[in-house]
Amino acid sequence: MPVTDITKDLDARTLVITAEFAAPVERVWALYEDPRQLEQVWGPPQYPATFVDHELRPGTRSTYYMTSPEGEKFAGYWDIAEVAAPQRFTFSDGFAHADLTPNPDLPVSENVYVLEATATGTRATYTSTFPTAEGLQTVLDMGVEEGSKAAINQIDGYLAAH
Amino acid sequence: MFRSVNETSEDRADALFHALSDRTRRNILRRVLAGEHSVTALAAAYDMSFAAVQKHVAVLERVGLLTKRRQGREQLASGDVEAVRSVASMLDELEAVWRGRIARIDELLARDPAGTGTTDTPSTTTTPTTTRTTTATPTTQEK
Repeated sequence: MPVTDITKDLDARTLVITAEFAAPVERVWALYEDPRQLEQVWGPPQYPATFVDHELRPGTRSTYYMTSPEGEKFAGYWDIAEVAAPQRFTFSDGFAHADLTPNPDLPVSENVYVLEATATGTRATYTSTFPTAEGLQTVLDMGVEEGSKAAINQIDGYLAAH
Repeated sequence: MFRSVNETSEDRADALFHALSDRTRRNILRRVLAGEHSVTALAAAYDMSFAAVQKHVAVLERVGLLTKRRQGREQLASGDVEAVRSVASMLDELEAVWRGRIARIDELLARDPAGTGTTDTPSTTTTPTTTRTTTATPTTQEK
């Protein structure tokens, strides 16, 4: 299992996930630079992603959409702030209208991705922060199938505890 | 929080899982866990009738995941934070999303260790050379 650590800060609505990959830092960085590779990992298989614009340079906007099994499209964007290849980049991740322009009514999360070399490959640390609990909820409402399984497990755990 | 004292825990589990088996109800639950919502405001968020949304709210209320109170003419619904801790459960969902993403990254790195995408390096370097050779020999093109 490549995920090695998960930290949740409920008050700050922040999720930090650490993963170890058996590939050099440059290889993992190349995945984030290449829209064709990035779209293979961004969305769940049921909601394949398509990156329309993506350069991974400071001040650029990446745009993408995910297609539901019913053919419905959910668009999003990344506003890339800092890029220090091949170690670190930061970006705001928001939702977009069908024409890929940002939808300011929906929440924006702040993200920091960090890659570090280890003896066996790369340690990646992904930090996502949501402005409000409502914002976090909206993100999960946007048709994320993988999430509902966890929600059911949560209820299962609750039942076992009571 | 449950209506009948005679209900067994299995019955309660059935009712709870039934309540959560519907995507709209899970969505309503997430909203009311994040904060109190009027049933009217909830109904406006879905492409279905007020009565249909009210019915979903009633199902969640019956199993104790949601509570309602009256304020004037409004019915206000809130999630039972004791039953499902909102931010905690949402971060759990987000964790599942990330676990999926990381598994996909891992697979991609194993499948494509050189990071060259779908095309492999030797063929891309040979293609331009062949093109240059054919354009440089006009006799071949005329035949």
